[in-house]
Amino acid sequence: MELLEHYLSLATKSIFIENILLSYFLGMCSFLAISKKIEASIGLGFAVIFVNGVTVPLNYIIKVYLLDEGALSWVGIPALATVDLSFLSFITFIATIAGMVQLVEMLLDKFSPALYNSLGIFLPLIAVNCSILGASLFMGERGYDFGESAVFGVSSGAGFALAIVSMAAIRFKLKYSNIPDGLKGLGITMILTGLLSMAYLSFSGINL
Amino acid sequence: MDKKSKNIISDPMVDNNPITKQVLGICSALAITVKMEQAVVMSLALAFVLVCSNVIISLLRKGIPGKIRIIVQLIVIASLVILADQILKAYLYDISKQLSVFVALIITNCIIMGRAEAFAMQNNYKDAMYDGLGNAIGYGSVLIIVATFRELLGSGTLFNYSIMPASIYLENGGWYVNNGLMLLAPGAFIILGLIIWVQRTYTHYIED
Repeated sequence: MELLEHYLSLATKSIFIENILLSYFLGMCSFLAISKKIEASIGLGFAVIFVNGVTVPLNYIIKVYLLDEGALSWVGIPALATVDLSFLSFITFIATIAGMVQLVEMLLDKFSPALYNSLGIFLPLIAVNCSILGASLFMGERGYDFGESAVFGVSSGAGFALAIVSMAAIRFKLKYSNIPDGLKGLGITMILTGLLSMAYLSFSGINL
Repeated sequence: MDKKSKNIISDPMVDNNPITKQVLGICSALAITVKMEQAVVMSLALAFVLVCSNVIISLLRKGIPGKIRIIVQLIVIASLVILADQILKAYLYDISKQLSVFVALIITNCIIMGRAEAFAMQNNYKDAMYDGLGNAIGYGSVLIIVATFRELLGSGTLFNYSIMPASIYLENGGWYVNNGLMLLAPGAFIILGLIIWVQRTYTHYIED
């Protein structure tokens, strides 16, 4: 029961209070580009939840059993027990993500063509989405264990999805408003994101 | 230096600025602009990675098969980022701790991939170097402008030296209070939104 509570509190924290997009600014590029359309935003949101949920725990396993100092001791060769490969973590994480995205794309194509058609074009985009690599790096920096990294992966993806869908809804309404020329598009989106992130700040201090 | 290369360098500084016009690399422009020190170090790290990756990819461009070019580019970039990160850890440990995951996130910074894909893959290494330099300066200047506002208004300092006279602060009997919002995420979004407005009004660029 205690474990469940802990996971729930971690999930709330990473969806609302420390939203990966609105308080860590990760994934801004695709957020700004895709939030023009609601359907596309929903598609990208689910793709991010999915890929994050898979890659963060996977990168955790790679980090603990291959990269950390002394991680290779399970091999049984004494010379390997003191090896520290953690400087390789960036390149390994990004390779895992790129590989995973490719694999997910092929699996979806084979087993769920409907989902593939709706997520299809967003999957390649995701390999270079900072929020995916960022989630894996935060996992390493904050020292999550396996369960925590799985929860963190899914919930930070959910935070991203929530933010991008609400932004798309606001931008849809914005079409009918009269905006100064220079502020059109990117400018007004940035200011609105600021207001949105202010709203999310009001969740801080909530502790479940 | 001939006219063409001068143009390649100067174009991304104002008219075609990577952040305000091309909408690339927004994440880091927002995340590490709380302090000038961090912004400067980040701009230098990005300039190093961008110039080197542009030159290397431009030299390799004839040998890279079209289908796997993204992965090749990612590997070149990731290796350069590891190099930059290790150098920062060795010589500027405190700042590299504050920058935390954002140095690693240069890998997925869209400026680097964007310039590699849009410019370095088609041009010779000399032009690619100038393009990298110009974009790095354009990126750095926006970063420094945002950081100036955020540090000055948010903590009353620049490069950690107090600018605001101590006597005007409320606790010393004055009337002035630092604007804490500037240190948080919304301040970054709103300042960048306003800078985009100014830049686009100046260059008469209207997004539809």
